[in-house]
Amino acid sequence: MHHFEQEISIVFGGAAGQGVQTIADALVKVLKRNGYFVFASTEFMSRIRGGSNSTEVRITDKKRRAYVRRIDLLVALNPEAVDHLKDRITGSTLVFAERDHLAEKNIKGYIETPISDLAREAGNPIFSNTVAVGMVLGLLGISPDAFNEYLSVQFASKGEEVVAKNIAAARLGYDFGTETAEKNRIEVSITPADIPSDELLIDGNAAVGIGTVAAGCSFISSYPMSPGTGLLTFLARRADDFNIIVDQAEDEIAAINAALGASYAGARAIVSTSGGGFALMEEGISLAGVTEVPVVVHIGQRPGPATGLPTRTEQGDLNLSLYAGHGDFSRVILAPGSFPQAIELMQRAFNLADKYQTTVFVLTDQFFLDSVASVPRAGIVRSPIERHIVKTDREYKRYSFTASGLSPRGVPGYGDGIVKADSHEHDESGHLTENFGIRRKMVHKRLQRLEKLRLESPQPERFGPSDAGVLVVCWGSNRGVLEEALDKLGRKDLAGLHFCQLYPLHPDVGAMFENKTVIVLENNATGQFGDLLGREFGVRISRRILKATGEPFSVEEVVDALKEARHE
Amino acid sequence: MNNMTVNPFDMRGKDINWCPGCGNYKILDAVKGALSELDLDRRNVVIVSGIGQAAKMPQYINANMFNGLHGRALPVAMGIKLSNRNLVVIAESGDGCMYGEGGNHFLHAIRRNCDITVLVHDNMVYGLTKGQASPTSRMGMKTSLQFNGVMLEPFNPVAVALALDAPFIARASAGDGEETKEIIKQAVSFKGCSVVDIFQPCVIFNKINTYQWFRENTYYLPDGYDPTDRKLAFEKAIETEKLPLGVIYRREGRELYEDLLGITDTPAYEQGVSDKAFEQMLEDYR
Repeated sequence: MHHFEQEISIVFGGAAGQGVQTIADALVKVLKRNGYFVFASTEFMSRIRGGSNSTEVRITDKKRRAYVRRIDLLVALNPEAVDHLKDRITGSTLVFAERDHLAEKNIKGYIETPISDLAREAGNPIFSNTVAVGMVLGLLGISPDAFNEYLSVQFASKGEEVVAKNIAAARLGYDFGTETAEKNRIEVSITPADIPSDELLIDGNAAVGIGTVAAGCSFISSYPMSPGTGLLTFLARRADDFNIIVDQAEDEIAAINAALGASYAGARAIVSTSGGGFALMEEGISLAGVTEVPVVVHIGQRPGPATGLPTRTEQGDLNLSLYAGHGDFSRVILAPGSFPQAIELMQRAFNLADKYQTTVFVLTDQFFLDSVASVPRAGIVRSPIERHIVKTDREYKRYSFTASGLSPRGVPGYGDGIVKADSHEHDESGHLTENFGIRRKMVHKRLQRLEKLRLESPQPERFGPSDAGVLVVCWGSNRGVLEEALDKLGRKDLAGLHFCQLYPLHPDVGAMFENKTVIVLENNATGQFGDLLGREFGVRISRRILKATGEPFSVEEVVDALKEARHE
Repeated sequence: MNNMTVNPFDMRGKDINWCPGCGNYKILDAVKGALSELDLDRRNVVIVSGIGQAAKMPQYINANMFNGLHGRALPVAMGIKLSNRNLVVIAESGDGCMYGEGGNHFLHAIRRNCDITVLVHDNMVYGLTKGQASPTSRMGMKTSLQFNGVMLEPFNPVAVALALDAPFIARASAGDGEETKEIIKQAVSFKGCSVVDIFQPCVIFNKINTYQWFRENTYYLPDGYDPTDRKLAFEKAIETEKLPLGVIYRREGRELYEDLLGITDTPAYEQGVSDKAFEQMLEDYR
């Protein structure tokens, strides 16, 4: 008897190019259309073909956005998959694989699964992926109707015969699934959440992309680098619909400089990269600082140093973005914890960049960008686009001194003035100067805006009991895993605190830690944000839960790590 | 140009940081003369530069300026041109900036072929960093760093630009102000990426390639020279005995990057987000 209640974790493992992703994509769409909450996350190797990759699809009774280590059902598409995932296979994992695809035959939960035979029966081994999805639906006892519809649309361009054969393959898989469930007494009872049909199913790349489009972004120049490439691709696909200029740069140095040129001329510009690519952009960030040209920098983090683990995940680039560029100047660092928040923060990033004529970083990571979840339509909120561009007059001076330190921003060709942007220290008109008095005022001007940015910084979001003595701090993509772990623990003395703006921090933040035991949860090796809290507010961090293996935190891992936590 | 006429591109009361006798003064006059004679509206002209003595040029011209980082003038110029194609965009810097630090951008700017003008002050030495070799320094030249003389063959910007099929390639000599101005006028008027390598004496650090050296080692292409003949242009580009001056290559009609990207005359700062397109995009994720 295998009973799965309230939630189930299904993992597909196979080689790159074998269709793991195709299967998972189809399954989550069909599940979502059946009204279920789904969350999918993917881990893969840095190779184009072969290797071992896997995607985890979770079906849950509550909305979740975290990875679990536990595998309930494993569908292994090649012999290496089981070995690759062996640490996560337990006595209760059911393993579905063809006889040839199992090197280790003595797995307790093994169920022989003739996927390619069934595909051949439907007409061609190419239908294996369709058989696999059909089988999972059969095991779950979920109607195949939505899948048939999906197949009809997906293969419409290939003709009726291909559609019909896919539907036949889905049926064979489905029947095998229902028979297997009956024979092995597999019961799955998860109540569909009846999510409204206008919910969107998106991945992190789309969330960041939708937010960027909503912000009125008109320019991206970037050099492909995982996992930052997703946004570049997203905007390229939407370029014609939204008049976005998309340039694949010759290198990251060109990318940031092109973005600054575009922004100087009035475009809303962004670059998307990862840590290594961003390292090349650093002088450009300094240029943005001195020229006061707004720019948004998206860093999809992955483990370093250098090439590190190209396709894995980490939150290791907070310090990199915090200290990027020589000299002292202002900046903002944001890090979304959910897809609706990513959509909101991208718009906020562009508005802040324009308002404060500064660089705004948005930190995501591979886990966040490659995971999939549904988002209510109402969760996609469009903010007004605030440009702060003025028409210049003949006397216009780009760096005029003002009380706020912010000079009205003109762009070339708009008005009677001329706009001079300069990487040297400059006077109010933008001409280079070595006058120490002007230098002193300009340094102050560029830093002064941090105060207002601090006050505009959103408060961190608290979850869990309000009077808990232990505060667990997380930022960016760890929101989902901490929330679920605290739910599972259900303790009155533990609460979570999520930061979506990492810098500058609101002055009131320090008081939140008074008389609390503070634990930080970070997907890096040293606890970079914990250090920042210490520097800014003198917060004493009593424990750091850290992970820098290249994998995201699992719910189980965070639950275990917090079990012993006590208010000191 | 008549000295009595007011040039709208003149900057008054600016202290110029170049050494007396520097070839940059001649190029400054040639650029301002060219812009004025082309009757361009200074509000629509942007001069982008990198770092170096040549890169200070836009500091002394009454037009829009982006004086950016060493080597990075070209990506900035592209970003500006793509975001507002109504602007006249000129990228101007020295040989170290354009051919050394920014060499990769030089290649790819030509490949993209935006309608920008690239003016390179080629004095065959590093001035601002005090006298080291540049990519175009002649072999054997002794410098403060190359004690035994420059060991490497000089970079040939004309041949490289030609290999990339830059649609307008010229070479000028700062000593000849009038000729240089005429070449710059052609380059700025040309639709496409136009590259002008401008020989410029550095009176402090380069005692070899002097005004006199350039006079003796260059010649103007004759009237009958056909600049549309790419093979012939290659022959000219690799001449070493005497170096040719004038428009070496010119090909009309190469498609602009702006057009390939479908960029309209509406500047990016006037753009909004279509609500309809936004809703349609969300539809794809249902």
